[in-house]
Amino acid sequence: MKKEIKISDYDIEAVMGRLLITGVIISGTLILIGGIYYLIQHGFSIPHFKTFRGEPSNLRSVSQIMEGVIHFDSLSIIQMGLLLLIATPVARVIFAVIGFFIEKDFLYVAISLIVLGIIAYSIFSVAAA
Amino acid sequence: MTVLLFSLIVLAGSFLAGLVGSLTGLGGGVVIIPLLTLGFGVDIHYAIGASLISVIATSSGAAAAYVKEGISNIRIGMFLEIATTLGAVGGATLAIYAPTHIIAVIFGFVLIFSAALSLKKKEEVLVQAKAGKFATALKLDSSYPTAKGEIKYSAQNIPGGFFMMAIAGLISGLLGIGSGALKVIAMDHFMRLPFKVSTTTSNFMIGVTAAASAGIYMQRGYINPGLSMPVVLGVIGGAFLGSKILVKSETKWLRILFAIIIVFLAFQMIYNGITGQI
Repeated sequence: MKKEIKISDYDIEAVMGRLLITGVIISGTLILIGGIYYLIQHGFSIPHFKTFRGEPSNLRSVSQIMEGVIHFDSLSIIQMGLLLLIATPVARVIFAVIGFFIEKDFLYVAISLIVLGIIAYSIFSVAAA
Repeated sequence: MTVLLFSLIVLAGSFLAGLVGSLTGLGGGVVIIPLLTLGFGVDIHYAIGASLISVIATSSGAAAAYVKEGISNIRIGMFLEIATTLGAVGGATLAIYAPTHIIAVIFGFVLIFSAALSLKKKEEVLVQAKAGKFATALKLDSSYPTAKGEIKYSAQNIPGGFFMMAIAGLISGLLGIGSGALKVIAMDHFMRLPFKVSTTTSNFMIGVTAAASAGIYMQRGYINPGLSMPVVLGVIGGAFLGSKILVKSETKWLRILFAIIIVFLAFQMIYNGITGQI
């Protein structure tokens, strides 16, 4: 019985590992494409990272980033890649919820959901503030 | 300096940071933030945002390699992530209100602490104590394969480990680093888990913890695409190369060198923080 659970945990992890690598490759590619395009457009202007002003709102929310990507805006494409990268560990937690559910380990379904809830709070609630 | 030149230098620096970070196990974040703030005068909030994302990239990228070994414990990891994500949200919120020079000084002290820890000898002490009530209820016992066969282990002092993890999460959210060293302390020292289990489980947790604070950083506009682009690409490339060069026995001198560089950067951060130049 104990052995079965162990193998099952390992299977969940193996699929997760592939999922994460795929996520990193896709987001890395997006960042690279957006980055090259950004450098072609703005490569010879002067950077302004010295003082913090906060990014314009079109680079903060998911829907506006998506809209920028459709219009092939270089910074939006990079931001989309970064967003996808942030999503990879979140996907890992979602996957764990499903895995624990299949194993009928409801205590850990609950624990994973709590973690997911805290991350969701960080992504969605501050926007209103 | 043009954007192109700036991006190329940051790309090269981040590549080196990712490479050395993966070879020494210290992660790249500890070097990237001083590089950007001290080297280029980048606002520390932007530097933290870029570093956080690179932390997520290395954690997710390394996961596949760790999974093959089959020793990370996702139950312990998930349970402790309640503590780290709560801490991370707290740390990121604190970073919004804390003045930049105070963040710089705290960063410096955490750097010195990390450098000291990286030089400490890692010896495997196996405590095969019986599982307590807490550990049994939470199923925090397992076994892992070694050369001598399967070794059973169980988590001890769960409240202590949980509290330490909340601190690790807070530091991660406040400073934009993985704080893997603190996570390993919580599992290795407090909970008495085998060292290999601690390090691999810690990698799993680093990404999730950083994602919890990255959400807040993005909402607040701390994630700058033009700056994050060379940082993230550089770190991914460096960490990838680092995972291919397996020079296990010869990392000692590299670790010492890296620790010296980190201590030097730490004093720079503290000095610039106190004199208000950051």
